[in-house]
Amino acid sequence: MSEPLIFELSRPGRRGILPPENDVPCKEVEQLIPAGMLRQDEPQLPEVSELDVVRHYTRLSRMNYGVDVGFYPLGSCTMKYNPKICEDAANLPGFTRLHPYQPEETVQGALELMYHTQNYLAEITGMDAVTLQPAAGAHGELTGLLIIKAYLKHRGEKRTKVIVPDSAHGTNPATATLAGFKVVQVKSDLRGNVDIEALREVVDEDTAALMLTNPSTLGLFEENIVQIAEIVHNAGGLLYYDGANMNAIMGITSPGRMGFDVVHLNLHKTFATPHGGGGPGSGPVGVKAELEPFLPKPVVVKENDTYRLDYNRPLSIGRVRGFYASFGVVVKAYTYLISQGGSGLKSISEHAVLNANYLMHRLAGHLNIPFDRRCMHEFVCRPRGLKGKGVRTLDLAKRMLDYGYHPPTIYFPLIVEEVMMMEPTETESKETLDDFARSVIKILQEAAEDPEQVKTAPHSTPVGRLDEVTAARKPVLRYNG
Amino acid sequence: MKFIPHTGEERQQMLKELGINDLEELFAEIPEEIRLKRELNVPGPLSELEVARKLNSLAGKNKTVDQLAAFLGAGVYDHYIPSAVQHIISRSEFYTAYTPYQPEISQGVLQSIFEFQTMICQLTGMDVANASMYDGASATAEAALMACAATRRSKVLVSKTVHPQYREVLRTYASGPELQVIEVDFTQGCTDLEKLKQFLDKDVAAVIIQQPNFFGSLEDLTAAAKAAHQVKALLVTCADPVSLGLIASPGSCGADIVTGEGQGLGIPMSYGGPHLGYMACAAKLMRRMPGRIVGETKDNQGRRGYVLTLQAREQHIRREKATSNICSNQALCALAATVHLSLLGRKGLRSVAEQCLQKAYYAYEQIIKLPGYQPAWAVPFFKEFVIKTPQPPEEINRRLLDNGIIGGLDLERYYPQLKNHMLLCVTETRTKEDIHRLVALLGGDVK
Repeated sequence: MSEPLIFELSRPGRRGILPPENDVPCKEVEQLIPAGMLRQDEPQLPEVSELDVVRHYTRLSRMNYGVDVGFYPLGSCTMKYNPKICEDAANLPGFTRLHPYQPEETVQGALELMYHTQNYLAEITGMDAVTLQPAAGAHGELTGLLIIKAYLKHRGEKRTKVIVPDSAHGTNPATATLAGFKVVQVKSDLRGNVDIEALREVVDEDTAALMLTNPSTLGLFEENIVQIAEIVHNAGGLLYYDGANMNAIMGITSPGRMGFDVVHLNLHKTFATPHGGGGPGSGPVGVKAELEPFLPKPVVVKENDTYRLDYNRPLSIGRVRGFYASFGVVVKAYTYLISQGGSGLKSISEHAVLNANYLMHRLAGHLNIPFDRRCMHEFVCRPRGLKGKGVRTLDLAKRMLDYGYHPPTIYFPLIVEEVMMMEPTETESKETLDDFARSVIKILQEAAEDPEQVKTAPHSTPVGRLDEVTAARKPVLRYNG
Repeated sequence: MKFIPHTGEERQQMLKELGINDLEELFAEIPEEIRLKRELNVPGPLSELEVARKLNSLAGKNKTVDQLAAFLGAGVYDHYIPSAVQHIISRSEFYTAYTPYQPEISQGVLQSIFEFQTMICQLTGMDVANASMYDGASATAEAALMACAATRRSKVLVSKTVHPQYREVLRTYASGPELQVIEVDFTQGCTDLEKLKQFLDKDVAAVIIQQPNFFGSLEDLTAAAKAAHQVKALLVTCADPVSLGLIASPGSCGADIVTGEGQGLGIPMSYGGPHLGYMACAAKLMRRMPGRIVGETKDNQGRRGYVLTLQAREQHIRREKATSNICSNQALCALAATVHLSLLGRKGLRSVAEQCLQKAYYAYEQIIKLPGYQPAWAVPFFKEFVIKTPQPPEEINRRLLDNGIIGGLDLERYYPQLKNHMLLCVTETRTKEDIHRLVALLGGDVK
């Protein structure tokens, strides 16, 4: 299966959508704009019919794999089912057809929805206040660290260091640098927890914050979290919670109870908004009371029975984006939240953890499980005894494509060699997990008996393995026909 | 509503296999002292019917631009979105996918991004584009950081005619690496190029100009580029892509990095987001770009295919040395823009741009004839313009709203010196009748 580029479908003079006739009297364009400011060349956009467009993108959609197509146990990404009612809600004209500069009295429904979402997310995370502004998880991280920076500056402290575990998401160190901090890495111990002694050694009066994911990227609950919080707080530092793995603990514990001061969430993970092939996401940030004055502005507030945008926040870090939020994404998350309620959210976390433990248990005899512990909503594992056959984790992942699955996350976290990270999520049934486990076991057998079959996989996808080296060495980043 | 498929029996089987009695035991490693001993205070659960009712009721509390004819622009525009756009982005193979880490089963989104990158290059007149950014404001801030890294300088000049929110975001982003941001005044609705030149020295990494600018006026980009290049600074231009159907591309004027907000290309206004930031640059800056980039390559059988590429710039490889911390894009919004531009085609984009231009001038010329209303300055504009009003815009807007129209933006909010100035926008979705109603109401014809 291959599909030409939309530009290759172009035929001179063919039209798709025609705008209506202009109903106002027109002047010569050159009378309105000096010729030197006008475009001389025509942009080389395709000339295609509506049907050309619809067929082209429908065919492309069929070369794409989503949660609606099949099982997607991509660790750390929480690829759960995205309920359809949430899409419908976000597409209501009462939400999509609102201009962000409209008077507040004409958007009370939108503000009310944002206000409640702020409060629900504060409740779930155990924080005192939430901003919905950040556009994604990494954007939330930047917002959170800039809040910490502003808070410390306000207190007259100049702390320069941000500590991240060696198992952290790449965004953590990248964000710390972007926020102007120096990154210090702390290693993990044999149980997959932060090495407490190593932590004590690096925490000092220069420590601005420790960034931590809990459950960690190994899918393990950081058992010493209370002690860790104490170490950092005693040194005057703050605790930053990377909320990527919030799906495991809703209603069971919260970052606030663990001692975290700042939290970001990924609405596109825990709160079931779709990932969109890479976005749009949404990365709200929650903070404890003493950090609230530093939140980006505006914040949605309620006065009597009226909602409004509060700009009067002199200590605010400012804005991190245009306007107020990825509002359409927030509508989806709000819809999901009220469809679940407090009891439903807890049940989600319980079943996410149940599914992960069950799948780990099914695979335990066949793959190496480096940490012999209860996992949370995801777990890491790796093949064993395949090195001699020349079969790598990458090969196993590619072979899973032939079996109709999206493979787990591979080669992350960086501290486990040849690692696979599997996150089934709560929306998958027992039979899906059983079928997947059987397929993985079968692939492992193939790898042992017929390694070529696995090393040359995938065999049934629209394209085979792609040459990424040449793509990076001799970049072709646009159509030049 | 629940989206958990487990039957009671299945749950029991699974627990039994794990050798535990209940779900509670799964969390045994979480210390008692940090456990939540009560239910989360979030209302629900609600059935789908109840949820639908609730959301309809909230949506119904808003007044949309279909109920009130709006003359607001200022970075977010009511352009018509062809029906096919929503149909394509509602294909759940697209919207329920993750970032295309497994290219063999992600050719759909990868190829559509490659097409998007191509279209952005064509519109902006630049060599390369990335797979998109969060929004126009953050894309512009990222461009400033990129320029600082590329030039190894730490001063950024930004015109006060750049969207005030974009400047706020720029200041926030600059606070991390502690870059110096200097705002350059305007004169007659455009960047004061003489003042700009006074600030230019060898420490300046970038000059940021918006085209058309926040007031809708057309800037002399070529002169700005020339001035910036004299001190080896880069010109960052933030451009409305709809205008590029008609206005000279920033690339042809000498821009080094072009960013902007793509919302006008098939993405609903949705009260401010999610929208679509874009970024394009000259080839020599390619490896400095933040964000995802898709490249063409071949598979093991020689067939054409697409992959995420130049990843050595990115956070998951480079960690603290990455060009940015961004690890997503606005893929679905970029797909909407790609479908939208395909439907409009070569002639269509120009025709939309021209309608905006003609309608904006039509409204402008009638408004300035009204007693007390004056043009703020006399410079060419695209689809937005500034009017000096006889009363405070707040009063005028109140009168308009009472009569079913959302008026323009009161500029005093962002520019204290522009008291009694209003920024009005007219796109192709406003009819002649809407314009006549606006003009009549401004002229004092109230019900």
